[in-house]
Order: sequence, then structure tokens, then C-alpha cells
Amino acid sequence: MIIDSVEVETINSFSKLELLKEVYGLISILPILTLLLGITIEVLVIVWLEREISASIQQRIGPEYAGPLGLLQAIADGTKLLLKEDILPSRGDISLFSIGPSIAVISVLLSFLVIPLGYHFVLADLSIGVFLWIAISSIAPIGLLMAGYSSNNKYSFSGGLRAAAQSISYEIPLTFFVLAISLLSNSSSTVDIVEAQSKYGFFGWNIWRQPIGFLVFLISSLAECERLPFDLLEAEEELVAGYQTEYSGIKYGLFYLVSYLNLLVSSLFVTVLYLGGWNLSIPYISFFDFFQMNKAVGILEMTMGIFITLTKAYLFLFISITIRWTLPRMRMDQLLNLGWKFLLPISLGNLLLTTSSQLVSL
Amino acid sequence: CGLALLLFLRFGSTKAPPRLGAPLIFKSFVVRSVVDPIYVSTMAQEHAHSSAVERLLNCEVPLRAQYIRVLFCEITRISNHSLASTTHAMDVGASTPFLWAFEEREKLLEFYERVPGARMHASFIRPGGVAQDLPLGLCRDIDSSTQQFASRIDELEEMSTGNRIWKQRLVDIGTVTAQQAKDWGFSGVMLRGPGVCWDSRRAAPYDVHDQSDLDVPVGTRGDRYDRYCIRIEEMRQSVRIIVQCPNQMPSGMIKADDRKLCPPSRSRMKLSMESCAHHFELYTEGFSVPAPSTYTAVEAPKGEFGVFLVSNGSNRPYRCKIRAPGFAHSQGLDSMSKHHMPADVVTIIGTQDIVFGEVDR
Repeated sequence: MIIDSVEVETINSFSKLELLKEVYGLISILPILTLLLGITIEVLVIVWLEREISASIQQRIGPEYAGPLGLLQAIADGTKLLLKEDILPSRGDISLFSIGPSIAVISVLLSFLVIPLGYHFVLADLSIGVFLWIAISSIAPIGLLMAGYSSNNKYSFSGGLRAAAQSISYEIPLTFFVLAISLLSNSSSTVDIVEAQSKYGFFGWNIWRQPIGFLVFLISSLAECERLPFDLLEAEEELVAGYQTEYSGIKYGLFYLVSYLNLLVSSLFVTVLYLGGWNLSIPYISFFDFFQMNKAVGILEMTMGIFITLTKAYLFLFISITIRWTLPRMRMDQLLNLGWKFLLPISLGNLLLTTSSQLVSL
Repeated sequence: CGLALLLFLRFGSTKAPPRLGAPLIFKSFVVRSVVDPIYVSTMAQEHAHSSAVERLLNCEVPLRAQYIRVLFCEITRISNHSLASTTHAMDVGASTPFLWAFEEREKLLEFYERVPGARMHASFIRPGGVAQDLPLGLCRDIDSSTQQFASRIDELEEMSTGNRIWKQRLVDIGTVTAQQAKDWGFSGVMLRGPGVCWDSRRAAPYDVHDQSDLDVPVGTRGDRYDRYCIRIEEMRQSVRIIVQCPNQMPSGMIKADDRKLCPPSRSRMKLSMESCAHHFELYTEGFSVPAPSTYTAVEAPKGEFGVFLVSNGSNRPYRCKIRAPGFAHSQGLDSMSKHHMPADVVTIIGTQDIVFGEVDR
């Protein structure tokens, strides 16, 4: 048996860690827990932000009674949902009913694995990072279908089918544009994509290289998140709430959570793919050359990275929230029309252009 | 049901079957006006009822009262259209114009409140004139409100009229041809949408509408987009009239001089014996209305609101039938939504500007 030297080293290092095996097991969960905590806080912030922004757009005051400035409003809503009775439809499929929202949440949470907040600040630096996101986000419609079918309600069923149709239709342009970005960056790893945008500062961002891509990615991700102008499923849908109709309590809370988590994932991916990720993007300023101490610089760099990524993500969040409260809703057939007959040819054309430009530049 | 029975017993019997709501409380011709089934545009209905009674009585309404009535009818029109268009927009999905328009509506409801004291069910327009004169400062406040109102309408239009998604949802949906509109008995905006140019304010003018400078917007295709645009344009025309009215309003009496119809003021009632007697008579027995019948209609914001009043000479109406515009419009829902998606049904109801208070009465 031929063993590579790298593998020998790995085996040796593992044997050294034999003593710390249990501790090692615990420590590896810590980043995941930190991320979960961070995501939960982020979702609370997004909910609060949405209410404040929508209130400003609508000339009214947002939440102001739950905590200072209404900051605890989301927690109050979550607690209320936790304390509600969990109603199960008597003739629906109970197991599918319960699993449905969970699948949707799991698939969205798994997408957070590959989002980089700094150079080594990513949970899983896979070489197929963006592909993982797209593949896993395709699992969410299965959860929605389960939810719609198991509710034993024809409106829910039809809503679930429409949700699946909408998700599938808008995944394809999304995937093609992500593919174009991967071509430009010569890699599917999210870290590499961000690194590829760091060369020319502000003008190295992919948004300048793929402007159509940015716009279409925006539209497709809004459609994936089922937000206005594509929220026929949860707002009107023959006057009931689509696949969410029969849900109450924390299961409904999970769907609510899925919506905002999806939005967060999409905005972080927009940042990573198009807006340059964690790079400060002011060309020729290397902030950290002045400092000699590695550890402090490391932490500062991490903080800056997170801060910059989040700022850019919040820009996209602001845009999507404003769009939600500004535009009317598209009807289902118009929505599918847009996805298949308009965005798909554009995405194919863009892919063609990108590949040909890569060929020429090689 | 219990309440209806109680009211029926209290107000005495008539030959008309007892019905809840407006006709029941209109059982005697007292000077109070009716509780309005269309709670959105209340003064329009009071106008119709009062005009019907005045026509039977052959009573002359003083000029100042007519101008006040027109002023408040146009304020009602703006209030109603801002509610109707923006709740329709909310059904389509744009929830923001709803809140903007309601802010404007708050200002208008404040004007309602300043005159007779109630924000919505203002019994202000009464047989013979109006209940009270305009308070000091009201015309100045109405003027300053209208000066900024046109920009608010512009903001509402910015969100919707040119929007591609909006047009996609509204154009060629819920189309009504002119012949269909006439057959179904549509009126108001639903009738002007397909191009039938009929506005009661122009075709059969009442009060001082013939002296006001008014353009009537008319659509071409009869779809929802046309009706929406007509409502927005009507709001602008109403602003025009509201600006003209206080300028043209003469000073003078606000009720007809006949004390057998219109009660005296409370201060006079406490000083003069005749006023006290008139007050007592009017608030207990009411006044008698001569025999024949009349159908009087006004251009309420939702359409043609008509009152068919039959009197048998006593102080109680023999029959009072209300022709509500929403009743006819709601019947057209089936034919208007054929070949459209279910998502359009909700929005077609919105464009018909139906308030179920008037449909069910």
C-alpha cells in the first residue's frame, strides 16, 4: 500500500491529538454554534429592520413598545409563536406536516456553511462552495411541497405546487449566472471568488464585469425567497396564505424564519459573488501593513471583514425590503413567464458571452 | 333581529317590511339624517336622502347651503377614491399607497369632524340645507390642505400608474364594454370606464354643479387600468372644485327659512316660544311630506346613489328604496372575471369599488 506523505502527516497529527479527542470534538462545534447564534441575531435584526424601513416608507412609526426602539419586537413575536397551540390537521399527513418546514429550514441553514466572512473565516472552504449552495437550496421546494400536500387543503396544495414551480423556475437563471461568475473567477469556491475580486479594489468587483448578472441575480433571489414582487404564495393566493395556511405556532414561525434566512443567505451571496465580499475595496490602501503584531492584526482584520461583508449585505437587504413595500405583486403566470421566457434566455446569452470572453482572454 | 324588532315596534308600523339599517331609521321624517350604509362616503348618501325629501316638499335650499353641500361632496369623493384606489392597490400587492392615502384621508376626516362633529357618519346634510354653518378657519384649512394634495396624488401615481407590474396586472383585466355596462346597470366610474360619458353632475346637475368648472374623465377600454386612472383624475377634478367653492360661496342662510322643516337653533329655542314649539314638533313628530313619490339620484363617488321615496302624506315614509351603486356592480363580477385567473377576482372586486354595507343594506 502506497501512502502519501501528506496522509502520513495527517495520521500522525491525529494520533497526537488522541488525548484531546473529546475536547477536539467539542471545539469543532463551537464555530458552528457561533454561526448559528450570529444568524439568529441577524434574523432578528432583519425583522426589526424590515418593520422600521416599511414604517418609514409608509409614513408611520414602526415598533416602539417592545424594548428600546422596538428592538425586541422580533423576540416578542417569536415567543408568541412558541407559546401558541400547535394545530395539526386531522386528516392530513402529520409526519409530512411536521417535517415540511424543518426541511426548508435545514436546507437554508446548510447554505451558511460556505459563506466567507473573511479569508479563513468560513465554516467549510469547499472547492464547490457556490455549487453546494445552489444544490442545497433546491431542497427547500421539497419542504414546501410537503407542507402544501400534507395540509389536506386544496388551497395549500395549490400553493405548495406554485411555490415549487416558482423556486424551480428561478433557480435556473440563478445557476447560470453563478456559473458565469465561477468562470470569471476560475473556481467555484466562494473564497476564491472573493479573492478574484480583490485585485483592483472597487473596480474589481464582479458587478462591473457582470452588470446584467447582478440585476438578474437580484430578481431571481427575490423570487427564490418568495418576496414581493413574487410573493403570490404567501400574500393572496385565492385569499388564503398558500402552503402556510394550516400552520400555527412555531411551525409557522419556522416558515417565517425560512423566509428571512433565505433573504439573508441571498444577500450574503450577492455580496460574495458581486460586491467583493470582505474586501475593503479602496484600491492601494493596505491598512494592515502598518501593524507588526500578527495576532491583533488578525483579529482586527477579521472584524473588518465581517463588518464589511455585513454592510454590503445590508445594502442588498435594504434594496429588497424597499422593493417589497413599493412594487405590486406579479400574478403566477406572469411570474413564470418572466422566469422562463425572459430571464433564461438572458442567462444563456450571458453565459455565452462570458465563456467567449474567457476564451478570447486566454 | 331583536334590535330590528325593537326599532320596528318603537317607530310604529308601516306597510313596508321592516329592514335593518337606513330605511328603518328613516321611518319618520325627523330632521336627523340617516345612518349610512355606505360608511365610506357618507355625505353623498345624506345628500341623496335630503334631496329626495326636498323634492317632494318643493323646498328651496339656500345658495350657501348648496355650495357647502358641493364642497363636502367633493371632499367625500376624494376620501372615497383615495380609499378605493389604494385598497385596490393593496389587493394587487402594493401596500404603501394605502397608508399614504389614509394619511390624506385623516386630514379630510378632520374636516368632516369640524363641521358636524363626527368623522364618518356625519349627519350634516339635512332636508332644507345643512345642519350647521362652517366654523371659522375651516375654509382656510381646506385651502392649505388642497394645495398640497395634488402632490400627494402625484406620489400615489408615481407608485402605480407607470409601473410595469401594475400595468401587467390591470390592463385588459375586468374589461366591460359600454353596452354591457348599460345592461348591467353600472354607474359612476364603472360606466365612464368603457367610454359612456354620463356623470350626474353634468348630465342632470343638482345644487350648484352647473356653475362649477368640471371636466369629466372618461376611459376608452373599460378595463381596470382605465377605471383606476379615471379615479385618480376625478380626485384631481374634485380638488379643482374644492378650490373654487369657498371662493364662490356667498354668505347667507344655511337652512331653508321654513321653521316647519328645519329646526331653529338651540339658543333661539330657549328664548322664543314659537321656536320652542317648532323644535318640539320637529323632533317628536317630524314633518309631513306631500303625497307623490320621487326618485332622486346623486353622483356618489361609487356611482349613482339613488333614493326612491314614496310618501302617503303623513310624517312617515311609505317606502324608501335605496339604489346603491355597489349592488349592480357586484352582480357584474361573474361576467367581468370570465377567462381570468383567480388572482384577478379579488382585484376585480376592488376595482368595482364595492362596499358591502351598501350591497347588503
